[in-house]
Amino acid sequence: MLLRHTTKEIKPREALLINPAKTCQPIGAMYAALGIHACLPHSHGSQGCCAYHRSTLSRHYKEPILAGTSSFTEGSSVFGGQANLLEAINNIFTVYDPEIVAVHTTCLSETIGDDLPQIISKARDEGKIPKGKYIIHANTPSYVGSHVTGFANMCKSMVTYLAEKSGGKKEQVNIIPGFTEPADMREIKRLAGALGVKTVIFPDTSDVLDAPQTGKHVFYPAGGVTVSELRSTGDSIGTIALGMTASASAAKALDAKFKVPCEILNLPIGLRATDAFVDALRKMGSVAVPDVVTEERGRLLDIITDMHQYFYGKKVALFGDPDQMVSLAGFLTDLDMKVVYVLTGTADGKFAERIREITKETAPQAKVAANADLFTLHQWIKNEKVDLLLGNTYGKYIARDEDIPFIRFGFPILDRIGHSYFPSVGYYGGMLLLQKILNALMDRQDRDCPEHQFELVM
Amino acid sequence: MRKVAIYGKGGIGKSTTTQNTVAGLAGMGKKIMVVGCDPKADSTRLLLGGLAQKSVLDTLRTEGEDIALDDIRKVGFGGAICVESGGPEPGVGCAGRGIVTSVNLLEQLGAYADTEKLDYVFYDVLGDVVCGGFAMPMREGKAREIYIVVSGEMMAMYAANNICKGIVKFAEAGGVRLGGLICNSRKVDNEERMIKAFAEKLGTQMIYFVPRDNMVQRAEINRKTVIEFDRTAAQADHYRNLAKAIDTNDFFVIPKPMTGDDLEKILIDYGIVN
Repeated sequence: MLLRHTTKEIKPREALLINPAKTCQPIGAMYAALGIHACLPHSHGSQGCCAYHRSTLSRHYKEPILAGTSSFTEGSSVFGGQANLLEAINNIFTVYDPEIVAVHTTCLSETIGDDLPQIISKARDEGKIPKGKYIIHANTPSYVGSHVTGFANMCKSMVTYLAEKSGGKKEQVNIIPGFTEPADMREIKRLAGALGVKTVIFPDTSDVLDAPQTGKHVFYPAGGVTVSELRSTGDSIGTIALGMTASASAAKALDAKFKVPCEILNLPIGLRATDAFVDALRKMGSVAVPDVVTEERGRLLDIITDMHQYFYGKKVALFGDPDQMVSLAGFLTDLDMKVVYVLTGTADGKFAERIREITKETAPQAKVAANADLFTLHQWIKNEKVDLLLGNTYGKYIARDEDIPFIRFGFPILDRIGHSYFPSVGYYGGMLLLQKILNALMDRQDRDCPEHQFELVM
Repeated sequence: MRKVAIYGKGGIGKSTTTQNTVAGLAGMGKKIMVVGCDPKADSTRLLLGGLAQKSVLDTLRTEGEDIALDDIRKVGFGGAICVESGGPEPGVGCAGRGIVTSVNLLEQLGAYADTEKLDYVFYDVLGDVVCGGFAMPMREGKAREIYIVVSGEMMAMYAANNICKGIVKFAEAGGVRLGGLICNSRKVDNEERMIKAFAEKLGTQMIYFVPRDNMVQRAEINRKTVIEFDRTAAQADHYRNLAKAIDTNDFFVIPKPMTGDDLEKILIDYGIVN
């Protein structure tokens, strides 16, 4: 009982979080930056920040995460970080030769108020940025928002710094895939490809953070959206932003700056959300949905109908990032599961309303909380147990203490593999997700049922 | 060793008052260290006859953390040891953090050690207490007594009242006390009576009323304290008296800051109406 101090009785709490369900803004910013080809993320702050962000990403993706740091000292905190960043920019382009450097701030550099646009323009004036190379930046104080906010901020910076309008139209659709796995971004590309729609996906960490083992270390792996692709986003037919929290701000910035119309959809997790995504792609790209995609959809639908009895009425608790929660709650509700607890660590004023709208018929008493912690979720579960828990690795403590089947889903997953290789978006991702859910529920049934009900065929 | 911090509104004359008081105390044979806690690093100019020593933070920046005490100390008029904390250019970095760093460093280097045989340490702190860093001299028993330089102008009194709020906070935890208000006259009507009443409301005293005298400006232009510039001047006597008043002071309190309305009432009762 690792969490034996968690009490069943829920008392009001104001100033204390226990086991938060979120992490730092720069982690999201760093992850987004890695989705640009040949980009070196740079953390403007002390070394410890950068080390933590890199190690969290490494533990989740099981890949080396390369990033620079301004290595603040006591002196930089007092005099400002300009000198360190200028030297870093010079070193990075001289030694590591990236196409682009994506700088994000930290709590310290935000608090002392370093002015990054001014420092970057000074670097340019001093000739420290070679011709044809770029620097972008995002402000990512960790005392505001969460890793999702940091991701969104860096995506927006890609647009504000790089997007251009040349005058002509490009027959392509921008897709902002949200804070999802490399496998998800790969799947989104594959789906769009199957529909015959040319896309620019940004960021795109496929072939960066799921790069194959070739026996040879490559500093900048093959994947990632290129700078020239990012520049062309201002000429695209439109933008599909997947996930309100992670992707909407970048899409709106493109709309505001270059009148590139945007459609903000839920992450395509599950049948209904994937349908909406495919439909948006079909309309924006003026294409027909090919049979291969319709057949894929049919296979997902087949699992849902075949296995409906195992889903029906099961009580589920979910925690994770807002965009994932909205789609997942919708998918599980469509399966006739009762989504009774949904919790996110990210502050999001509309979260509860959006989730309740989804669960109002199947689970009208559902408990929903944003900006909340895992202690709260555990207390809810202690008061009324669930049949299944979905969330990141930190959920394993609750699952063990309460003896609940547990599926790892979200960020970070530090103790299993697979999440970066197998998608959960699209019809195919939906099938994989259902397989996981069924395995967890059926394994539990096999473990717990009386001998006379131990079924060979399920 | 008595540890004294001088606070007050920007431009009120903290540095001038501090250095002249220090000159007065030095004349009484006291050994004193003055720590300037202002990024402009001009708190010891009169004692040193110009801006001279390297600031603690400049030294930290150029030479790293391996600093010797004598790199940053300079002896000025009357044997007063002068240290400037220094800090960033306006608009960048974090001056508050600078003060924290520099005071910690001075402690580490043994600037306050018994072997230094100091009678007094004076901290001369920039303007208002804008963030935690500027409250550093009040924290953890660093300064034990605070004097606030004030005049009869409303904003100066407003700032003094705010500083009292800071003192209350640290007094409960650390043991810092208010020793009194030093009125540095701006020739406001009824100034002395008004500041006395203000001090009484705060639960403290007006420890001295320093009249306005152009002698101060003349001495400043010559980069000297009044006592050094013309020891026979009447103003020199005033600073010596202030030094004596501080040296014999034994009235230390936790102030009772006023509400905005009460503060305005004092101004109306003593200032504008009469």
